[in-house]
Amino acid sequence: MEPFKNIQSIITPLDKVNVDTDQIIPKQFLKLVQKSGFGKFLFYNWRFDETENKRSDFVLNDSKYENSHILVSGDNFGCGSSREHAVWALQDYGFSVIIAPSFADIFFSNCFKNGILPITLDQEIVETLFIETDSVEIDLENQIIVTPSRTIPFTIDSHKKKILLEGLDDIAQTFQLENKIIEFEENSTVPSVLKSF
Amino acid sequence: MGDTLFEKVWKSHVVVEQESGPSLIYIDRHLVHEVTSPQAFDGLRMNNRKVRRPDLTIATMDHNVPTNDRSLPILDQTSSIQIQTLEKNCNDFGITLFDINSPNQGIVHVIGPQLGITLPGSTIVCGDSHTSTHGAFGALALGIGTSDVEHVLASQTMWLEKPKTFEIKVDGKIKNPHAVTAKDIVLSIIKNIGTGGGTGTVIEYRGQGISDLSMEQRMTICNMSIEAGARAGMIAPDEKTFDYLRDRKYTPKNYESLVEIWRDSLKTDNDAKFEKEFTLDINDIAPQVSWGTNPGMTCDVTESIPTPDDFSNGDDNQKKGAQKALDYMDLKSGTPVEEIKIDRVFIGSCTNARLEDLIEASKVIKGQKISSHVKAMVVPGSQMVKKQAEEMGLDKIFIESNFEWREAGCSMCLGMNPDILSPGERCASTSNRNFEGRQGTGGRTHLVSPVMAAAAAIAGHFVDVRKLDLN
Repeated sequence: MEPFKNIQSIITPLDKVNVDTDQIIPKQFLKLVQKSGFGKFLFYNWRFDETENKRSDFVLNDSKYENSHILVSGDNFGCGSSREHAVWALQDYGFSVIIAPSFADIFFSNCFKNGILPITLDQEIVETLFIETDSVEIDLENQIIVTPSRTIPFTIDSHKKKILLEGLDDIAQTFQLENKIIEFEENSTVPSVLKSF
Repeated sequence: MGDTLFEKVWKSHVVVEQESGPSLIYIDRHLVHEVTSPQAFDGLRMNNRKVRRPDLTIATMDHNVPTNDRSLPILDQTSSIQIQTLEKNCNDFGITLFDINSPNQGIVHVIGPQLGITLPGSTIVCGDSHTSTHGAFGALALGIGTSDVEHVLASQTMWLEKPKTFEIKVDGKIKNPHAVTAKDIVLSIIKNIGTGGGTGTVIEYRGQGISDLSMEQRMTICNMSIEAGARAGMIAPDEKTFDYLRDRKYTPKNYESLVEIWRDSLKTDNDAKFEKEFTLDINDIAPQVSWGTNPGMTCDVTESIPTPDDFSNGDDNQKKGAQKALDYMDLKSGTPVEEIKIDRVFIGSCTNARLEDLIEASKVIKGQKISSHVKAMVVPGSQMVKKQAEEMGLDKIFIESNFEWREAGCSMCLGMNPDILSPGERCASTSNRNFEGRQGTGGRTHLVSPVMAAAAAIAGHFVDVRKLDLN
């Protein structure tokens, strides 16, 4: 995974609550067997109408947000299906930071596995970011969002911050603890599935 | 202070605990399916890694399999590739696979318990959010993303922040359990606590209303924990649990001695404290019907569609969401739910496609034909459910009523296979999500119980099943 670098970008405001992963990446696009190429299907049913023309009233179709890397949305972002394809689609489209008052647990966890930074902020601050039109900076090291008029601090678990900043491979980290896993297995009382034939 | 059931299962699976941040948790059972696993196996190959415990890993294909004639080739090429990829991955990495022709094939959350793979007090993961289903057996069962699927394949462990504990107490007794079901209980819970009400928690469902339920009904409850945002849902095992798992295909040989241990240990201590609590009284609850585009947008069948103001309790964002949902669903506030006409009926999914669901639904339709403007289908949760139902003659009852009787799979719950709604079609569905386009782009989903779906198929609109003679 690539280490997370500071982001300078304008904000794409997606002013909706309960944005579920079925909207982020509809099921007809879950059949690919690789991780790349999902960006063109991001928010597909909101971006395109029945005849596959762009819907002019959807924020991602506004050309001024074309190069935005920051998405701001409402409560409970990423709820529903555990599909990591949702994160792959956001990333492939170009987003590296998602800001919302709250996130669904599995989506939140999936973000960190792919180098996306989800930031949880109070509703009132999120409201101000919805109308922020200038470019802002996301500084993960210092845990701040810098707008032309102010600096907004955010909190993040130190373990997760390290994973993003160093682009750590989770599995390689875990393998360093293999002796602990072996120890656990030796004492485990739960039977193996296949031995119970 | 004592421990909750969740805390006991958690503590017994911690491999590494850190001062802060997540713990490394051992995983006893890993269930794998075709949609969320290919990228995980690819990751293993790229890094030259093996599956650590193929003996604790079981795979099946459920999400995109066709539910019509299994002797025909799969027409959708991308689905076909995904299925072949799972076959190759299971073969390469030594994982037991119940493929499309296996008598054990079915929705992963239906076959786990049916095969005795799901065990009380165990940790279970699957790359699917409805893994919470298995919590009905007192397991800690978590839905995970594909990166975690890869991590568990490689290490049989997973990093997890310890969730908070949430007690949901279900008090009282349902007056007519044939008409008001587990589905109505769980929809009522979500209606009350909201789709984010359980975020960051593991729910333990407790109380008379839960212990009265059968194992299959308890699975329906735990299944929808994720729709309240919870990481998992659990129910302490009792004699019903132990009886259900006895003599299944993979039930451990030393099962009775395990039961002795579980019987005493797998329950919340009397002096344990939960971090969050909610109580639902079910004495007078009505059958539920969802009207919006998330499972929290639900009302009694006897009610009318609410106004966005009534629904939102003064929250502007919720109000906007409700208005948008009404527009999408093409519903007007004030319309009685019983006047809503439907085009399709889907009885299926990991929420409600078990044998009891089909038995109860069949009682509603027996000897009657579905409404002439309705198309209806039953998709059993597994090939085993299908076989049991056929042995009881349920297939004939459904077919004689003009339902389609299909092969097992996820089918129209998420419409990854050819079973989808057309734009604008309105469906009474026993599944778990009424999100926009979930059952097909432009399709409109109303979540209901199997008996409510069956009754709607006959009448052509929703009806209060309490009015029917179901005994």
